[in-house]
Amino acid sequence: MDMQTSFLDRLFETGLLIDTGVDGLYGRSGQFEDVIAAFERMIDATGGGDGAEAMRFPPGMNRAFFETSGYMKSFPQLAGTVHSFCGNELDHMSLLQCMEVGDDWTKGQEATEIVLTPAACYPLYPTIAKRGRLPKGGGLFDLQSYCFRHEPSKDPARQQLFRMREYVCMGTEADVTDFRQTWMDRGVEMMKSVGLEVAIDVANDPFFGRAGKMLANNQRDQNLKFELLIPITSVSKPTACMSFNYHQDAFGAKWGIHLDDGSVAHTACVGFGLERIALALFHTHGLDVKEWPAKVRKALWG
Amino acid sequence: MNETIRGLLTKLGGLPVSLDQLADDADLYAAGLSSFASVQLMLGIEEAFDIEFPDNLLNRKSFASIAAIEKTVQSIIDAREAA
Repeated sequence: MDMQTSFLDRLFETGLLIDTGVDGLYGRSGQFEDVIAAFERMIDATGGGDGAEAMRFPPGMNRAFFETSGYMKSFPQLAGTVHSFCGNELDHMSLLQCMEVGDDWTKGQEATEIVLTPAACYPLYPTIAKRGRLPKGGGLFDLQSYCFRHEPSKDPARQQLFRMREYVCMGTEADVTDFRQTWMDRGVEMMKSVGLEVAIDVANDPFFGRAGKMLANNQRDQNLKFELLIPITSVSKPTACMSFNYHQDAFGAKWGIHLDDGSVAHTACVGFGLERIALALFHTHGLDVKEWPAKVRKALWG
Repeated sequence: MNETIRGLLTKLGGLPVSLDQLADDADLYAAGLSSFASVQLMLGIEEAFDIEFPDNLLNRKSFASIAAIEKTVQSIIDAREAA
């Protein structure tokens, strides 16, 4: 049995995660949620003074916005679309017959206007673009959402539905790269304060195919993405628990987001993988929160 | 080869400027070549010259200018002939 499976088994045995029969789709116990809530309060305490505008979107987004985002160009393998039965009574009968005999009943399902949110900030850009030019000084936003990525795995740190907390900054190149650097420093300090061993490294997104290899190389060459890594199920391949992304003016240009002087906004986002951070805490300090070091408990619960 | 590359750039590059105005050593990214257009261009060049870019050449540098593309394509062809 590999290390990932055994950690997952222990999480199931203690009830911290609840097996649903699908890899990467888990329930969470009250204790697990309490750790996430405590860590989110730490995020609030760290970033709350910056004056970000908070917004919460459901874990589904407008399909038209999803299409414009270009997600399918880069990550078709990860996307999840919502389909529904849209037929008449006759279609319903054949659907039931299909299910009865164990045939594929999903073939007739039709795409709805909703796509599962792939990253918490995706619904933000069209929302901000619709407002018109950003005010002087740009924009700062606070988001959190369940996100979906189709990558079934026995690694508990690679879930298909998970929560991402994000801050997004829109401004000049200097504004957004400063924002990103500030959060890299803050992220390291936050993780240290809860007793987690971290490293920051340049990274790339999991772009699809050979063309994706080139996009990934480009992303690395330009230092556009960094990750804060913590060993969870592997020491040699630590898990990304935060990411720090500079989009240049790509999203500003795509969505038509402009600064008060009319120039195209640069954007950057910093994301916390909330389940991954909770898992890093459980893996490092043990599955019983009461046994965690006093310093860590104090940092989380005061 | 130069002409073929310029033809593909016109078709796939999505550049806001005319190719006639671009010198062989002009920075294509500065001229407006996007990441996605460079990927399209890469696939177009592979088809036109019947080559496959090795992973280590799938980067910005290989597509930085018309001259850089020519050099990269030539190196792949040379490596193939030497093999």
